[in-house]
Amino acid sequence: MRPVYAISGGVSKFAKARPDKTFQAVVKEAYDYALADIGLEAAAFTRLVDGSVASYFSDHFSRQLMAGIMAQDYLGLCPKPSHRVEGGGATGGLCFQEAWKSVASGHMDVCVAYGFETMSHVETWKGNEFIALASDVSWDYPVGGFYSGYYAMMVTRHMKEFGTTPEQMAHISVKNHINAFANPYAQKRNRYSIEDVRRAPMVAWPLTRLDICVMSDGAAATLLASDDGLRRLEQAGARVRRPLVRVTGIGRGTDAMRMSDRPHVDYDTFMTEYATEQERSSDDTRAYYKRLWDHGTRYPGVHSFRAGRTAGNMAYRHAGIHDPLKELDFIELHDAYTSSEVQTYEDLGLCRYGEGGPFAASGKAFLPGIDYGLKLPEKPVCPVNPSGGLIACGHPVGATGLMQAVFAIWQLQGAIQHHFGDPSLQVRNSQRGAIHSHAGTGTYVTVTILEREG
Amino acid sequence: MTKLPDQAPESLGGYIVHGVPFPLETDPESLAFLKRMAPIQIEQGYRITYLHSYAQDSPWFAGAANRRLLATRAPSSGYTYATPRGHDMHSGEATEWIDITDRPARVHAFTVCHFGSEEFLPETPYVLALIEFDGVDTLFLTRLLGVDPDQASLDWIGMAVRPRFLRNSKLKPTDVYFLPKGRGA
Repeated sequence: MRPVYAISGGVSKFAKARPDKTFQAVVKEAYDYALADIGLEAAAFTRLVDGSVASYFSDHFSRQLMAGIMAQDYLGLCPKPSHRVEGGGATGGLCFQEAWKSVASGHMDVCVAYGFETMSHVETWKGNEFIALASDVSWDYPVGGFYSGYYAMMVTRHMKEFGTTPEQMAHISVKNHINAFANPYAQKRNRYSIEDVRRAPMVAWPLTRLDICVMSDGAAATLLASDDGLRRLEQAGARVRRPLVRVTGIGRGTDAMRMSDRPHVDYDTFMTEYATEQERSSDDTRAYYKRLWDHGTRYPGVHSFRAGRTAGNMAYRHAGIHDPLKELDFIELHDAYTSSEVQTYEDLGLCRYGEGGPFAASGKAFLPGIDYGLKLPEKPVCPVNPSGGLIACGHPVGATGLMQAVFAIWQLQGAIQHHFGDPSLQVRNSQRGAIHSHAGTGTYVTVTILEREG
Repeated sequence: MTKLPDQAPESLGGYIVHGVPFPLETDPESLAFLKRMAPIQIEQGYRITYLHSYAQDSPWFAGAANRRLLATRAPSSGYTYATPRGHDMHSGEATEWIDITDRPARVHAFTVCHFGSEEFLPETPYVLALIEFDGVDTLFLTRLLGVDPDQASLDWIGMAVRPRFLRNSKLKPTDVYFLPKGRGA
């Protein structure tokens, strides 16, 4: 595989509704921003780009099939090759990786990954119904299943199994909302306290409205290039920011659509097939897990995401990462729920399974230099969702994973002040970051590692 | 004191509008003003009825209509699915039907839904639960009745439950629901 650089990106401001523009025109906002950032006009870029990948989740929200080609033609990219990818909430992460494949394989030298979702055309609870159709329509949806309910069931099991508390989860809501205060692209920029989160209207016990991301209209786009592509763009006058950002790790995993079908494997199977390299090599951690299994814990059950663990392990192996908490400078992960951020800390090996709750309240995933109004026992180690994540930025599904990529590119380029007009969210000297995109109840998960060169 | 609403509920509908604002002339100045107009938004209805087939899972629904809770099992390994699957995930072999109506069952995980998809909003608050059964490897998603939605407690996890069936089958997975063991006749 050839080196692939993520050279630029753009995001529309995520909003509850964008009735002023069609989805194609919102994609164009993000696309034009990415082009402007390398200083190329659309016509000059169009001559050099080899193709694209389109990302959007639902045909129901816009009642428009083949929306991808409508974005492609609006951007003036016809007749260049393109295809749509779809994998629920992970659609954007899958799209970014498909664009990476196109360049890494030598099939393309310059590829655009763009994504969007228009969720405002139906009312909120109809929107929840559409999203609930991304669960088994014979067995799950007709029982009254919907996504906040599914995640709430997972977390009641997590609480019972490991002692996780709603207050620990609420730390994540406080962190992500306050981070977003300095992110002009975020939909929600509010300061909340733990009490605010717990007193918000209950949606599915124990998750309140402030534990859950919101629906959005929005788009995001990233430009990927090979060495040859980069040279051709710069010969045409592009000013690609230095340091360059290279994609160094790709991982994906899957699990059964129905939570009820998830396996409950024994200790030996967990250690052999799912434990991180770090977990396997620690006597203390092996003994810790042995105690959990002796008390009845089985993996992944409904409390953990083996798709996320699989994707993380694969991406870390690819990028040569052995201790993710220490070797990653930041992570943008799929916090559709505060509870899923807790679960994902564990899947990504930032802490051991069962320790996600205390990790959330420890301070390790917070940004330095920001007043969260919380007493945090430990110093920041690896900021998680410095942008504000889905909880504060919003979750226009097809755009979300690409939004994470754009924010990661800007972090690694050291360009947060330039794009946000505020340096508060810049992770200092960040060399390496991860983005994590997640679908369903953990059905498709992608993890991608990006690193700055030099 | 009861919390009083401070916002009127929002919904679509309302008067039908005739006559759309537009410049009286299409001179250059008026055409340029079109860029400053607010968007026109319309309501589009969409209804469809699907002829959905339960296909290889159909016997489960016939069982529930006759007050039997069925599951499927891989013949060679005995791996058993509380939510039926036509083929085993591990061996790929076709599964066989078994009856688990009288198996001891417990709550594995639950939530109280105070909101839901539009279709189920009128039923809130309701309790969703994943049920585990003795000798069965996977879970079953169901409604849990006989517990107070306002008194949600982690103590519900592990509670012994039993299935109960609708007398008038709707041929939905909700033809069976669960109650704490010992409740109901």
